[in-house]
Amino acid sequence: MSVGEDPVVVVGGGPAGLACAVELRRRGVDEVLVLDREACAGGIPRHSAHQGFGLRDLHRVLAGPRYAQRYVELARESGARVQEEAMVTGWSADGALDVTSPEGRETLRASAVVLATGCRERPRSARLVPGSRPEGVLTTGQLQQLVKLNGEHVGQRAVVVGAEHVSFSAVMTLVHAGADVVGMATELPRHQSFALFRAGAALRYRVPVWTRTALAGIHGRPRVEEVELLDLDSGQKRRVACDTVVFTADWIPDHELAVLGGLELDSGTRGPRVDTGLRTTRPGVFAAGNLLHGAEPADIAALSGRHAAVSVSRRLAESEAWPERGVPITCTRPLQWIAPNSVSAKIQPPPLDRFALRSAAFVNRSRIEIRQDDRPLWSGRVARLTPGRSRALPATWITRVDQNGGPIIVALATPGH
Amino acid sequence: MPDRDVVIVGVGVVGAAIARDLSRFELRCTLVEAAPDVGTGTSKANTALLHTGFDAKPGTIESRLVRRGHELLSEYAPRTGIPLERKGALLVAWSDEEQSALPGIIDRAHENGYDAIRGVDVEELYRREPHLGPGARAALEVPDEGIVCPFTTTLAFATEAVLAGCELRLCAPVAAIERLEGGGFRVDTGTGSLTARYLVNAAGLRSDEIDRMLGYDGFMIRPRRGELIVFDKLSRPLVDHIVLAVPTSTTKGVLVAPTVFGNLILGPTAEDVEDKEDTSSTSGGLAYLRSEGRRIVPGLRDHEVTAIYVGLRAATEHADYQITIHAPEGYVCVGGIRSTGLTASMAIAEHVRSELGAAGLPLRPRQKLPGLRMPNIGEAFLRPFARPDRIAENSDYGRVVCFCERVTRGEIVDALAGPIPAVDLDGLRRRTRVLMGRCQGFFCGAHVAALLAEARGSS
Repeated sequence: MSVGEDPVVVVGGGPAGLACAVELRRRGVDEVLVLDREACAGGIPRHSAHQGFGLRDLHRVLAGPRYAQRYVELARESGARVQEEAMVTGWSADGALDVTSPEGRETLRASAVVLATGCRERPRSARLVPGSRPEGVLTTGQLQQLVKLNGEHVGQRAVVVGAEHVSFSAVMTLVHAGADVVGMATELPRHQSFALFRAGAALRYRVPVWTRTALAGIHGRPRVEEVELLDLDSGQKRRVACDTVVFTADWIPDHELAVLGGLELDSGTRGPRVDTGLRTTRPGVFAAGNLLHGAEPADIAALSGRHAAVSVSRRLAESEAWPERGVPITCTRPLQWIAPNSVSAKIQPPPLDRFALRSAAFVNRSRIEIRQDDRPLWSGRVARLTPGRSRALPATWITRVDQNGGPIIVALATPGH
Repeated sequence: MPDRDVVIVGVGVVGAAIARDLSRFELRCTLVEAAPDVGTGTSKANTALLHTGFDAKPGTIESRLVRRGHELLSEYAPRTGIPLERKGALLVAWSDEEQSALPGIIDRAHENGYDAIRGVDVEELYRREPHLGPGARAALEVPDEGIVCPFTTTLAFATEAVLAGCELRLCAPVAAIERLEGGGFRVDTGTGSLTARYLVNAAGLRSDEIDRMLGYDGFMIRPRRGELIVFDKLSRPLVDHIVLAVPTSTTKGVLVAPTVFGNLILGPTAEDVEDKEDTSSTSGGLAYLRSEGRRIVPGLRDHEVTAIYVGLRAATEHADYQITIHAPEGYVCVGGIRSTGLTASMAIAEHVRSELGAAGLPLRPRQKLPGLRMPNIGEAFLRPFARPDRIAENSDYGRVVCFCERVTRGEIVDALAGPIPAVDLDGLRRRTRVLMGRCQGFFCGAHVAALLAEARGSS
């Protein structure tokens, strides 16, 4: 049932891309090609050597590497082609994809493109942390790969920047690699993970969480010797000796290909703007998974990929016209982003039937209002908002959006409203 | 009898250029360098501009050598594969006071023998650079200013010298120098000593210390720190010229410029420091640059920062290069080469060679010279990942390892095995761009470290 002979090309073979490919095949799309730039497809879970993957998509619990491997198997078993060491470097003038692989350089035409290029952590430089530029400054992604590839040793004494789920995961990796974790520094007033993780880190590894603490400098040559910590309340600085600094979280979508393709980005997520069917602003191009926003768990990314496959197959089968840009959804502070972030004339539920909402600050149980041109679309209470963790908002209101109206605003209800 | 003709202390861009120039003659030359690689000091951390010298102080050695160096490097770079792009500069006046300084800058350019400078009105300025911030009054266009890859330039010079037979001693910090009876010098380094009839001091930030080892006291290096911010490649469409500020008596000001790697840079700051190794960035410096960036190109606010780097200029108490020829004893001091040194390097080498010749160094041209073609790491030409011919020849050029910078396994293998191989991650960065991109190693850091360890383990 595909249009012509061009395959559906899925860019990125992590959970979102692979789950999308499996679902496309299940829906009868003949030619599905997943391009992954790494030597082994599977995405970030390949080197997340802990349990907890697969609950909501595969209905089982696997360790990261096993989960990644399972998805590659599922995609191949489904009849999708998964090509590794194949990197899409850009778009040719006529809208095809430029691909580099050991087989050569080719221009690939696609009947539809699904971008599933994931996200990454902002490194030290993007966070503008001053000081010298020594060895021993890492992100969690690099740390986990170093430990997996090079085995044990990464350092003796580490400071972890951040205190969300992935930060605790970095602590575990460091401890397993034989390092002492001196502390975790977060600018927020408390950590953002499960109480259980925090208690585990405190009791088992004796790792303190330094709250309201900024990393003000890194010093040492050629390796890290100490970091400078700034207490945001008192303004006091202190120095802590360490030889390793791991920057965690502070995710940014790996959106280069999206930008090069002229896709509109959402200023909150920094990912491509998509409607509830995960259509981008460029006809024929869909986006899924953590390219859409800061990291969600792998199974949520996979379900997003599966959701995109529904829209892709519908487009191929019905030669559906691409909807107009749609009405953008924006957040006001302290709310940080919402995804999906537009409502087009193609009214369909978002992935998991919900919008994901993030806040930049802790907000206790509060009322959220969604409005368009001062017309309330929805309001309701949500449980506590925690930075770095998503809250679900229902999608019941999307039928009431006026396609000719102004932007949709999501805000905390202020007293008096 | 000394066992060599010339020893050159320091393998930054200047030392390497001198070695390259001398290697074209029948001479036994040795380069000694304290660091484990070439080009690890001031030469690697600067604004990477190809200057015309339009704003130099007329009548100085610097003015003459920058102008000549521009000519020489403009010819050498395309021939050997050094990324160089003649983007042209726009020097922007943002106030009445700055605008009133423009005629003087034109006069000075003419005094320096540069006539292509011309005034640009506000309308043309904003047409050519539509993303500039509001408030520009007028500008000057300097069409021959360019951008050049500082890493490839130094490496090309050193490689050509080594291929022609010049000896390169790395990890060899100079501990002492003594004069030999009957002429010449003995240079003691951390890895042994050597003797040479002629001595060239191109030690950059340490050039004053080498000078003092020989009993001279002509100048003192006062490192001037410059912090620079590199913006994500996605910001590149914001600016297409080198956007210069109106210089003051103390600084050339903060510029925004494209790089040959396809980024934008913003900087530098200018701060005198004591420590010759203090290449630390500061919160004050970064805050200042960001506010300048927002003023000059407000759109930079929405772009991610890819890297921050810091260089130390080899400034002295004098307003000119400190090039001194001690002809009778055969010692040349090339000190105080400031930020224009990258442009001037080949002219400095030409000058030093002719002075050495006048001092008695026999200059018989070599019959056979090595051909040199450096791997292209610039954006203006196709890189291996985009070349079907290279991938067909070796599939490793189709294996992208560093995704952000599109560096292939083939290029990394080449850099680890070249005439002057990379010995550490920084060396690999400078030769290939690996790890220089927006993720700073999130995706490929471990992979690259493993490739390096493998090559180091087997060598």
